Amino acid sequence: MKLAKYAVGIDLGTTNTALSFLPLGEEGAAPEVFGVPQLVHPGEVQPRPLLPSFLYRPHPTEFAKGALALPWDPEAADVVGELARGRGAETPVRLVSSAKSWLSHPGIDRRAAALPVGSPEEVPRISPLDASARTLGHLRAAWDAEVAKGDPALALANQEVTLTVPASFDAVARELTVEAARQAGLLELTLLEEPQAALYAWVEAMGDGWRKQVKPGDLILVCDVGGGTTDFSLIAVADRDGALALERVAVGDHILLGGDNMDLALAYALQRKLAEAGRQLDRWQLQALTHGARAAKEALFGAPALAASPVTVPGRGSSLMGGAIRTELTREELEGTLVDGFFPRVPASAKPASQRRTALTTLGLPYAADAAVTRHLADFLTRHRESLGEASAPGLKLAGRAFLHPTAILFNGGVMKARELAGRVVEVVSGWVEEEGGAAPRVLPGGDLDLAVAKGAAAYGRVRRGKGIRIRGGTARAYYVGFELAMPAVPGMAPPVEALCVAPMGMEEGTRADLPARELGLVVGEPARFRFFASSTRRQDQVGTVVEREAELEELAPIETTLPAGSGAAGQVVPVRLRAHVTEIGTLELEAVEQGGEAWKVEFNLREQVGA
Amino acid sequence: MDQALSFWQRLALAFIAFFYALSDRRFAGAVDVWREERRAHPDRPPASLGPSAPKPPAEAAKPSTPPPAARPAAPAKAAEPPKPAAPAKAAEPPKAPEPVKPVEAPKPPPRPDGEEALHLLTLLQRDGRLVDFCSEELAGFSDAEIGAAARTVHAGCKRAIETYFRLEPIYREAEGASVTVAPGFDAAQVRLTGNVVGSPPFKGALRHHGWRALSVKLPTAPPAGREVVAPAEVEL
Repeated sequence: MKLAKYAVGIDLGTTNTALSFLPLGEEGAAPEVFGVPQLVHPGEVQPRPLLPSFLYRPHPTEFAKGALALPWDPEAADVVGELARGRGAETPVRLVSSAKSWLSHPGIDRRAAALPVGSPEEVPRISPLDASARTLGHLRAAWDAEVAKGDPALALANQEVTLTVPASFDAVARELTVEAARQAGLLELTLLEEPQAALYAWVEAMGDGWRKQVKPGDLILVCDVGGGTTDFSLIAVADRDGALALERVAVGDHILLGGDNMDLALAYALQRKLAEAGRQLDRWQLQALTHGARAAKEALFGAPALAASPVTVPGRGSSLMGGAIRTELTREELEGTLVDGFFPRVPASAKPASQRRTALTTLGLPYAADAAVTRHLADFLTRHRESLGEASAPGLKLAGRAFLHPTAILFNGGVMKARELAGRVVEVVSGWVEEEGGAAPRVLPGGDLDLAVAKGAAAYGRVRRGKGIRIRGGTARAYYVGFELAMPAVPGMAPPVEALCVAPMGMEEGTRADLPARELGLVVGEPARFRFFASSTRRQDQVGTVVEREAELEELAPIETTLPAGSGAAGQVVPVRLRAHVTEIGTLELEAVEQGGEAWKVEFNLREQVGA
Repeated sequence: MDQALSFWQRLALAFIAFFYALSDRRFAGAVDVWREERRAHPDRPPASLGPSAPKPPAEAAKPSTPPPAARPAAPAKAAEPPKPAAPAKAAEPPKAPEPVKPVEAPKPPPRPDGEEALHLLTLLQRDGRLVDFCSEELAGFSDAEIGAAARTVHAGCKRAIETYFRLEPIYREAEGASVTVAPGFDAAQVRLTGNVVGSPPFKGALRHHGWRALSVKLPTAPPAGREVVAPAEVEL
């Protein structure tokens, strides 16, 4: 690690993955994007800046021999990247997509081979963890073949690797991401929240000029709307001992809502229009219509004078014109569907339609029930106002009565490239802030919104070596262990649960939480299991704080530990206390500590389904 | 086909070849190479056959994929399995430098003629449905329908051309501008029309800026099914 030549940033996205790198030896070198070689058609390997995070598992007869060969793996049987996405659109039963969203889905065992969900039995299954590892493995092999070329000093595993995760990822999802990276051969790496990476990319692009763009008291809203997910973070600019400091003060929930939903919404709008004219579309045609709608959307967003853009679904057979379906996407439809549909003008008090229970949709991803990004944003700013007081964030003066007032907005994600959409977010947020007498936020100029996270992650590799400003913030959640209270059994009533805080919010990497006063009795040799909870808003809770209503918390996978027989006679009850530790790479570890100081690791148990 | 040249045709060819060998250094060199090769391997027809006529512009297009060792300018390799893009147009009274053809090859390695050309056609069909478009009867379709289809073809072929070729205009000036054609210009790069008299430098109006390839990056053709321009699709 010490000898790493490059700082490498990997943005493992829901729909696209990117890798950026910069040489650590050169002062002020800008991050470059690695063109990832991948199959784009059978037998054709091309470099692309983005690696679509899709895995396609072909039928044994589907491709000619050698058509799937990669320069580093002539015998490759599965496909990752552009060809996987393209084939999967036509043969969805063999496509593994959104592995990252599955990886953070608390309702399933993420180590169990379950994807693709609902496909015929003969299609081989893979776990969300292994699928993520495949994408990372492709990156590693591609880098080692293209850059390292057999030189172990240049191998990806020996570089300073930073892997980004959504700010909304909880401790379990972060742990699993690291596990996937290890499985892909990346043994040493650091985790970084994606919105922070976007801000690092901005700082990196600004050079020293960034200090002139912000001032103490600023609150930067990072609004990241990618292909599959929406992620918000708030980063405060503070004055610490006379120097500017950046502190991440709030992160949003995991919202499965992104550009793919938007393209699909446009396609459905056009499909409705065609259905009214008596044209029915099959799946292939709907797919082609989605492509056409996306192209028309980009054309309309790119040329504000254009009133409409034609969309053609070519005939599927050899008759191109005979079977063609023609329609057009008008500007009103685009604005009605996208701008007003996904970014409606809502009051600051708006709340998103409540989330469906994951237990009811165990076999599907918990997609956002409300498609309005602005409503999720209003909710985010309001919820964190309540908890972000002077007590919990000393030295920060954050404006806003009912909700937090961002003073600057940094956009990220492919969706926000559309000026109309970014403009609408600014307009809506400005409206809220001005209503409370604040000043409208300004927009921080961004770079390439698709690649900023990867570039920022590469820049972070240099920051970790002490060159440049570091965003502080620590863990974005507080974590709790649940105890069932002893009380007489009542039919139909679950025993009440108390949650004990074991890791407060804001724990820095490489630190340990205090030992809580409360002890648990563990039986030697028998597995002990506890419910495990998290909160992204309860800032004041310290180690040992007890939350009586666990409904205020979000439940994660349970935790489990077994005291080995050596720690006492089997069946003996040993009093232990749970201690949290945030590792250098950014994952949370729990250990059970007995009175003598001996400690055992507590694992996240994924086999038990939450709420099922 | 090759042996079908009559005595008189061969005589005419020998006559033309005589002057070519005298006036065109490259032609003479190529014939010489060919003769040496035949002397070395009397039993095997040489793979390379003489000059590929006027050579393309100097900086021309080098395929990144291994080019088939060498291809005859006007290939006329007889009877081979599937030959969809039949080039071969032989046995006409000799016109240009059509040097002596080798005797029929016993069993050359099977490789379709014009393999790269065929692969390019495959790419244009795959990305831009070009073969479908050109094969379809236009009668019965309105201009609007044809136009809509043309958008599909245009978008796909544009992407394919941009992916696999790097093209640049030969003249940077705007079309219609007055340009000077210097002495010693390359006739392959500049075509003179209209009142073509006198000697260079010529002054004239640029009517078409021309195109030339800076690079070609065709992907490697698949090892099997090279004659397939578009696979049949069967939905299960």
